[in-house]
Amino acid sequence: METRYFGASVKRNEDQRLLTGQALFIDDIELPGMLHAAVLRSAVAHGRIVTVDVSAALKREGVVAAYTAQDLGDFWQPGPLLVPPPPIEGSVFNLRTHACLAKDKVRYAGEPLAIVIAADRYIAEDALADIVVDIEILPALVDLEAALAKGAALVHEDLGSNIAAHIHQGKGDYARAASRADHIIKRRFLYEHGISSPIETRGIVVQWDARGGQLTMWDTTQAPVFVRNGLAAVFGLSERQVRVIAPFVGGGFGPKIMMFYPEELLLPWAAMQLNRPIKWIEDRLEHFVATTHERGQVHDSKIALTKDGKILGVKDVFLHDSGAYDPYGLTVPINSQCTLLGPYVIPDYDSTFTCVFTNLPIVTPYRGAGRQHGVFVIERLLDIAAHELGIDPAEIRRRNLIPPDAFPYDNEIIYQDFAPLSYDSGDYEPVLDKALSAIGYAGFKDEQAAARAKGKHLGIAVAAYVEGTGIGPYEGARVQVQANGRVSVATGIGTQGQGHYTVFAQIVADQVGCDVRDVDVVTGDTDRFHWGAGTFASRGAVVAGNAVNEASKVVRQKILTLAAEHFECAEGDLELGQGQVSIVGVRGQAIRLSELAQKANPMRGAVKPGAEPGLESTQYFGPPSGATASGVHAMIVEVDPETFTLAIRKYVIVHDCGTVINPLILAGQIIGGAAQGIGNAFYEKLMYDDAGQLLNASLADYLLPTSLDVPRFVLDHTVTPSPLNPLGIKGAGEAGAIPAGPLFAQAIEDALGFKAKGIELLEIPLSPARLWELTQQAG
Amino acid sequence: MTTERHAISVTVNGVRHDKTVEARMLLSDFIRHELLLSGTHVGCEHGVCGACTIWFDGFPARSCLMFAVQADGHDIATVEGLADNDKLSPLQQAMHEAHGLQCGYCTPGILMTMSHFLASNPAPDEQAVREALSGNLCRCTGYQHIVDAVLLAAERMRG
Amino acid sequence: MKPASFKYILARTLDDALAAKTEHGDEARFLAGGQSLVPTMNFRLAQPAILIDINPIAALSGVRDGASIRIGALTRYRMLEADPLIAARQPILREALPHIAHPQIRNRGTLGGNLAHADPASEMPAIMLALGARMRLQSAANDRWVDANDFFVSAMETALRPDEMLTEIDIPDSPPGTGTCFMEVARRQGDFAQAGVAAIVTLGADGKCGGVRLAFCGVAERPFHADAAAQSLIGGDGSDDSFRQAAELAMAALNPPGSTHASAGYQRHLAGVLARRALTTAHARATTEVRRDH
Repeated sequence: METRYFGASVKRNEDQRLLTGQALFIDDIELPGMLHAAVLRSAVAHGRIVTVDVSAALKREGVVAAYTAQDLGDFWQPGPLLVPPPPIEGSVFNLRTHACLAKDKVRYAGEPLAIVIAADRYIAEDALADIVVDIEILPALVDLEAALAKGAALVHEDLGSNIAAHIHQGKGDYARAASRADHIIKRRFLYEHGISSPIETRGIVVQWDARGGQLTMWDTTQAPVFVRNGLAAVFGLSERQVRVIAPFVGGGFGPKIMMFYPEELLLPWAAMQLNRPIKWIEDRLEHFVATTHERGQVHDSKIALTKDGKILGVKDVFLHDSGAYDPYGLTVPINSQCTLLGPYVIPDYDSTFTCVFTNLPIVTPYRGAGRQHGVFVIERLLDIAAHELGIDPAEIRRRNLIPPDAFPYDNEIIYQDFAPLSYDSGDYEPVLDKALSAIGYAGFKDEQAAARAKGKHLGIAVAAYVEGTGIGPYEGARVQVQANGRVSVATGIGTQGQGHYTVFAQIVADQVGCDVRDVDVVTGDTDRFHWGAGTFASRGAVVAGNAVNEASKVVRQKILTLAAEHFECAEGDLELGQGQVSIVGVRGQAIRLSELAQKANPMRGAVKPGAEPGLESTQYFGPPSGATASGVHAMIVEVDPETFTLAIRKYVIVHDCGTVINPLILAGQIIGGAAQGIGNAFYEKLMYDDAGQLLNASLADYLLPTSLDVPRFVLDHTVTPSPLNPLGIKGAGEAGAIPAGPLFAQAIEDALGFKAKGIELLEIPLSPARLWELTQQAG
Repeated sequence: MTTERHAISVTVNGVRHDKTVEARMLLSDFIRHELLLSGTHVGCEHGVCGACTIWFDGFPARSCLMFAVQADGHDIATVEGLADNDKLSPLQQAMHEAHGLQCGYCTPGILMTMSHFLASNPAPDEQAVREALSGNLCRCTGYQHIVDAVLLAAERMRG
Repeated sequence: MKPASFKYILARTLDDALAAKTEHGDEARFLAGGQSLVPTMNFRLAQPAILIDINPIAALSGVRDGASIRIGALTRYRMLEADPLIAARQPILREALPHIAHPQIRNRGTLGGNLAHADPASEMPAIMLALGARMRLQSAANDRWVDANDFFVSAMETALRPDEMLTEIDIPDSPPGTGTCFMEVARRQGDFAQAGVAAIVTLGADGKCGGVRLAFCGVAERPFHADAAAQSLIGGDGSDDSFRQAAELAMAALNPPGSTHASAGYQRHLAGVLARRALTTAHARATTEVRRDH
């Protein structure tokens, strides 16, 4: 096999269409006779529905239909559980899923109450104002501890409490660690994530062909195969009668995996009632309440250490905000629980969490998916330990790293993929060393003092993490050499900008010996590839990439076999390249792939029994468990000690995600993730009042970082190939977003001398206003 | 209520379009759904994200903060007009080479903003590029490769 | 997020616009740059029955030289940024303009539209207050000038009557020996200020502070001038202590409303820090001005 493309910074195949405005996004779809939907959402976070009356809306000119929960009849039912909880002994999981329109009760502000179908979106929105709603308001549950207090109102009355789940996992014996410890630190941590806010919101276009019995749905989903299977089940159709297409999708970051969103059921149902195509495009205001969030956890954590800073054990008890329903199971809090362990040897670990129902939107994974929360806890505990034990923050981390000869390293607990949390491979100290060197750690104390003499307050931070990536179950791919010589690849995952059209093409082009630009990749169309899971958990390149590789290898073999027959030579005498097969050392003896593809699909003559036509193969790949990526981020900030505004002076990322397919695309993934981490740490906060109302539902008030808030990143990497897949790849999609929280806390404390003032930053997100408040409290 | 419609004549990428529109139709919707130039994207409809940036009489503007009826007699340029047939503009080409786009949704707005910037700032430094770019939100790239692309395009355009 | 229906009236002349406003009063709103109005319409927070589009009225646009500077209400920020007269004679305007949103917004947004919108977090109202600008309010029947201090009434509320349009802004030249400074703290570049301050210091022949203006945005229901703080500096020599005391006086006079991103306490604190810094810079610039004149 040639490796012309694998590992090279190949420019992306998808760019031409995107750069010229020719790529098809969901709202670009125009169908004859298409109607437009708007959804009426509850303004109240918690209440009993007395009336939802759409009769006035129906009278408005241009309105075709309006439906409430009552109108759905038997179709109304709570949705499915998307991700079942892992099989952890003694776990409690109370499943309460949402229906597509609220009936009897509303449980969060934004929950759908009715849908209007009209000639255009303008009229549909006019009609929303015609709908008469009467809701008897109940106390809203916003605070996690208050929701668990005796006598609290209940999100789901039949449950008798607001406990959504209760899980305990551990290894060793924390009591033993505590009894042996020289030093124990105990703190409470608050970590809130936010809303993914892709620049393209969600959207759906649906067409029901009553004559053909065919349902087609274009959907901004990250997991089209799941949606296709789900729709078939709900509507009593066969999977071949339903086609789900995720076209170009303008960013996903996790919440676009969630299913079913109410609109994913309401639109096809209404299209079948009306026999008309319908479009629904979520607007930005809706996005803040209608797309899932990832929000807060409260951790009560203890770390037991020796006096030289070796970790003996960690005990962590935390509350996790599930929101009003829990269709996504326990992925987020399990990730927090597992990722807290980081790259460190933690002999005794005792972790318990309770998921809490609140009157807030549903929580599902958003880039990092709970890993941030766990990393914040362990990294902050180590910072505090470093200070209290008089050890340098980088040094205390170094002393606790898992040594390179300890892999596979079994953490003895269960991960989100149901497999034991075992780190497949890694070598952490070189990553730390590279990061310290790149940030100039050794010389920083002098730099800090010199800056201070000029009135500038600089602070430094270093934080490490591991990330379980590339989980199963499986993905598949079909690779086919076309009669025109181009190679087509189809896979079931969706794509939202990760460069799949290019990295998969690189893998194929090397195997079959063609130009990377001659490979056409299709993702996210269930009629093009029937099987798969989706793009999440940093798994696209790992799982689908390896499936593409397996299928390509088979196609390569078919090419060789056929060409050997053609030339009447041994396969070993052949070489593939430049879109043709040639005989090694014999000039002019070559056959184009196009010609071979035509030969493989003859129009006349006898084909041997059992032979398959074409140069085509479909293969699947499922890893035994997830591959473990790791990294260290380091940052220097300058903080204005009066206004508490902050500027990032330097930001270094060193990471190890195994074998690299495309360094340029990888850099994009890492940097993009880090920018979201910065948003999470210092800009983005969903602000709720006590009534469960979101106070900053606009992009003017929910602060996505701009080009002036995100610095130029310095990147470096190490390579520890994963032994769990033939290509040695580990996932990279989420890595950049994970460690920014502890990095900000540590750097700001250092810049402002907070340790000496007794101020500890134990929460994320931070902001200038919050820093000022904390200094006021400290006096 | 019968809706009042207004006849408008708008030139987009050099082509004149005569249409009638309701007064409240946003210019972004007009460009996308009436003229079917769907390269101009809509991200927030309140003037923050910048995805819908077009040129209005030669200056970048948010098309979600204007009504189509205001465009009567005016000249508009959109992302579809940047390339010369298949030949990408210098900034488009640089965006491709520097990996300045991932999902590509914000890209048309960024191209319109930064093409105008480059026309009047042939030798910008990184800070100037970041300031000019700060009115366009991108959630994928972390901006670094976009900045690289703009600087690369500037260098090439200077020759 | 689509706006509600409205009736659109295209005004080609000022007379047409004022006649339409006289006819429709509060039912109608003028559409200038639309950069504040249209978002609120898209959110359906504003649902005016009628929009009178004044964009074609060329006479309302432009910067005119005279004993003072006169700016047509329809003058776009972009034009102010590029205007040599503004840069030379009112550098504080030039200094503040980049804080207003982003270039795409400044290409459409107009000074008059901004002032008539009267968002207390906005920069320009505070600067107009600091500069002692006057607003020309015209109706079909009337033509009057109102001082900035009287123009801004409360949040989103001005002295404009239902039949009036803000047509022109008159900014008096500062005396020789004047230094100015605008500073703000916003969460991101281009966001509304959590606190912002416009400071103007004029030195007398004796080198003492002869005139001081100190106006804030973002920290009150309307642009706020800290009279006592400014007064405290008159006759002083611009010492650090005097600016610190003036900042204290300004903070004491403020009762900020707080916002989603800043508590009232933090806003007051910021106002104090910025006042001290802006006064210091304005004073230093005034000193440079005086040296240049000699």
